[in-house]
Amino acid sequence: MRRTGGPTDWRSVVRGKGWMVVALKGGSVLVFLSAGPPVRLSAQTIAITNATVYPISGPKIERGTVVFRDGRIVAVGSNVAVPTGAIQVDGTGKVVTPGLFHARSTLGLSEVGSVSSTNEANHSGDVNAAFNVAEGLDPETPLIPIARLEGVTTSLTGPTNGLVAGQAVLIDLAGDRVETLVAKSPAAMVINLNEDSKSAGGGSRAGVLQRLRQLFLDAQEYDKRKNDFRKNAMQELSAKAEELEALGPVLRGELPVVAVANRESDIASALRIAHDFRLRLIVAGGTEAWKIADDLARARVPVIINPINDIPTFDGPGARFDGPALLARAGVSVIIVEGETGGARNLRWSAGHAVRFGMAWDSALAAVTLNPAKALGVDDRYGSLEPGKVANLVVWSGDPLDFSSHADHVYIRGVEVPAKSRQIELLERYRTLPPRY
Amino acid sequence: MLSRPKCVLFLAGMLGCAAGAQTTSTAPTPAAPTGSGSSLSWDRPQYPSTYHRRPNPPVFIRNATVLTAAGPEQAGASVYFKDGRIVAVGKDLSPPADATVVDGTGKYVTPGVIDTHSHLGVYAAPGTFGEDDGNEATNPVTAQVWAEHSFWPQDPQIPLAVAGGVTIIQALPGSANLIGGRSATLRLVPARTVQEMKLPGAPYGLKMACGENPKRVYQNRGPSTRMGSMAGYREAFIRAERYRQKWDEWLKDKKGTPPDRDLQLETLADVLRGKILVHNHCYRADEMAQMLDLAREFGFKIRSFHHVVEGYKIADLLASEGVAASVWSDWCCFKMESFDAVPQNAALIQQAGARAIIHSDDPIGIQRLNQDAAKAMYAGQQAGIPITREQAIRWITANPAWALGIDSLTGTLEPGKAADVVLWSGDPFSIYSKAERVYNDGWLVYDRNDPKHQPATDFNLGITEPGVGR
Repeated sequence: MRRTGGPTDWRSVVRGKGWMVVALKGGSVLVFLSAGPPVRLSAQTIAITNATVYPISGPKIERGTVVFRDGRIVAVGSNVAVPTGAIQVDGTGKVVTPGLFHARSTLGLSEVGSVSSTNEANHSGDVNAAFNVAEGLDPETPLIPIARLEGVTTSLTGPTNGLVAGQAVLIDLAGDRVETLVAKSPAAMVINLNEDSKSAGGGSRAGVLQRLRQLFLDAQEYDKRKNDFRKNAMQELSAKAEELEALGPVLRGELPVVAVANRESDIASALRIAHDFRLRLIVAGGTEAWKIADDLARARVPVIINPINDIPTFDGPGARFDGPALLARAGVSVIIVEGETGGARNLRWSAGHAVRFGMAWDSALAAVTLNPAKALGVDDRYGSLEPGKVANLVVWSGDPLDFSSHADHVYIRGVEVPAKSRQIELLERYRTLPPRY
Repeated sequence: MLSRPKCVLFLAGMLGCAAGAQTTSTAPTPAAPTGSGSSLSWDRPQYPSTYHRRPNPPVFIRNATVLTAAGPEQAGASVYFKDGRIVAVGKDLSPPADATVVDGTGKYVTPGVIDTHSHLGVYAAPGTFGEDDGNEATNPVTAQVWAEHSFWPQDPQIPLAVAGGVTIIQALPGSANLIGGRSATLRLVPARTVQEMKLPGAPYGLKMACGENPKRVYQNRGPSTRMGSMAGYREAFIRAERYRQKWDEWLKDKKGTPPDRDLQLETLADVLRGKILVHNHCYRADEMAQMLDLAREFGFKIRSFHHVVEGYKIADLLASEGVAASVWSDWCCFKMESFDAVPQNAALIQQAGARAIIHSDDPIGIQRLNQDAAKAMYAGQQAGIPITREQAIRWITANPAWALGIDSLTGTLEPGKAADVVLWSGDPFSIYSKAERVYNDGWLVYDRNDPKHQPATDFNLGITEPGVGR
């Protein structure tokens, strides 16, 4: 995998093609897609009619219509006229939701778990702030079609290892080039404050926090004294310049930090650090977040959680199935994810599982659509069915959170995803035996 | 085992023996020599079950939808059980005066869920080195080890599985070895010792493993290839063949000194005698065909393949060989041999007439085997494979009971079977349903609405909040 030198390097990767480079205060730049991807954009207008529509941003619409064109949603409502010439999709008896947003995955970065040549999410070393995963993405991985045929359209795809794991990117699950997959890069900085990163702190959690604080202080110092740094007129810093440079947007509050923490004390540490350095914190893992839900709500810190996990370990003995429900009740913005890359197709059932253990159905649906979009600051484009937003949406045969339903149509940036996957090809080959070669 | 000579070698006889053991087990006899004056270890009881059925009032669940796993789904039906046995299931029943009546309106009743593939207790939580007892990865053939000797009854994962409706598990050694050791079939009841959980009369299983795991673990010393693995199984069974011959010869008249005892070959000899059922971790279609040939070479049967990710490619072979397939609904892509997973696997195996089973191999998955069965059922239906609810409920009840050789005891809600019963809050194939009450051999081991019936393990105390499976 290639190590990129921080957000600025993205200009060379993404030049042109509808991308926008935005200069932010402090001289750093963030790059993101400004107006949808340049590929397979259909000028065709599509209207889904007479469906039960969950816009997420507003109440459910019975017998609603959703119109989209050029990759964007044009209209949503019960009294929406179908434009002439539009392809009409009958939604009678069906449910329409935004495409599902998986906010903690390695989709595109991992194909076969045990085969290192297909895994791009790990960077050796403790501090990898400058490591951006984008150019490790494989748009051709067979796992992407498997996930999107279950309604997953968008993923926060990120690095996994190290104290500062690196930069996660937001991708839409369609496109044959990295440039077309990526919707925002970087989208978040991932750090690990769980037991996995203890070695980065000399084997102690306190050591981890001490090292992280020093890193942030050095990044602030570096930001102020770049000239001194170039002249070698500074004390030795705790990381290389490229790492400190990459932490700039984090410390200016421009780039959210996804901090993996499970134990109550680790989550409290994350809150403390976020307060001290004014970080835009998102807690991930969150096994024991329910224990500290009021603090999280007060600090407006969203929590990314896998509701399927209730196994007690010393990294979070208080795991429980109703964690998401307790968090939501306390006013925390809950983001639901699925644990395994190969299991990304199960995202909707992770949300259903949270409902099984007390979360309101609407809240669980928001937890896989609008909540992650808001947490990552992309709710101007993602997470709900509103005019102007990216036309990522799914037509379901029934309740998307239960097993009995399936995705009838999946649209990403306004284009229907073909009902094709490696799994479907295998099924068709072996549907009747002997197989059809 | 050699110490149970009363059990004949063939399956039907074995089950008869098992049922007999069940009825007499409430008064376990002390471990005393049973041989004719022999003072050697081989002729003494070998780690016998001390399981007791708890006395319980009769229970009458009324007006529920009942999936018996032995016939059509019945709406508005009642289930009556007493003294640990199912007495009656049907529509026109009225509760006896001494029965505890449970209202099942809007709820569902199924047999207790049975998992053919669990590492609860041997890979216990909290998952430290202290509980890491599942793989004796010191030699590719460790037929001499018994999972029950690793099993920790205080594993906090056990009550979580119970809250998911599970009543019986097969606790297996891990899959590092070609031959990993003996399994134990256990009732998930609160207990201080594994002996108190051992299902009386259940035959032992033998864990075998194909494919990537053994060759990865032993790549430096061998076997490091699949052909090396095949040679390893064959060598072990060749030795077992001779061992069995020697012992069977001696047992005819028991004259002179008995042959040397070898724990490894003792277990494998009982496989050859048909007394121990083979459970074979195997993913790839071509590899399962090799294992079936191996079984033919040595004259034993593979009772169930486990994981069977490519089972759908040889579903016809699985059916004609009468071997069960314990599968996940859709686990995919964590290694090469899982790369061809399809969610329709169980459905295609069922359609071919083979015995499909949904298993967990996972402390989280075991808590929602009903959901995994639902996923597999709907994946089949949506692909046009006509799977019925009656078939799908058997994937987690009657079929695993068969694979464990306990189908004459449990696995369906037929009169005379053990009162292993789950009351679900709704359709067990819906994601929203939860096990509300779990009866294990008639004992209410879990009640979601009553903290008095949510037994935590010792580990839970002072560490986690009361109330498992919330």
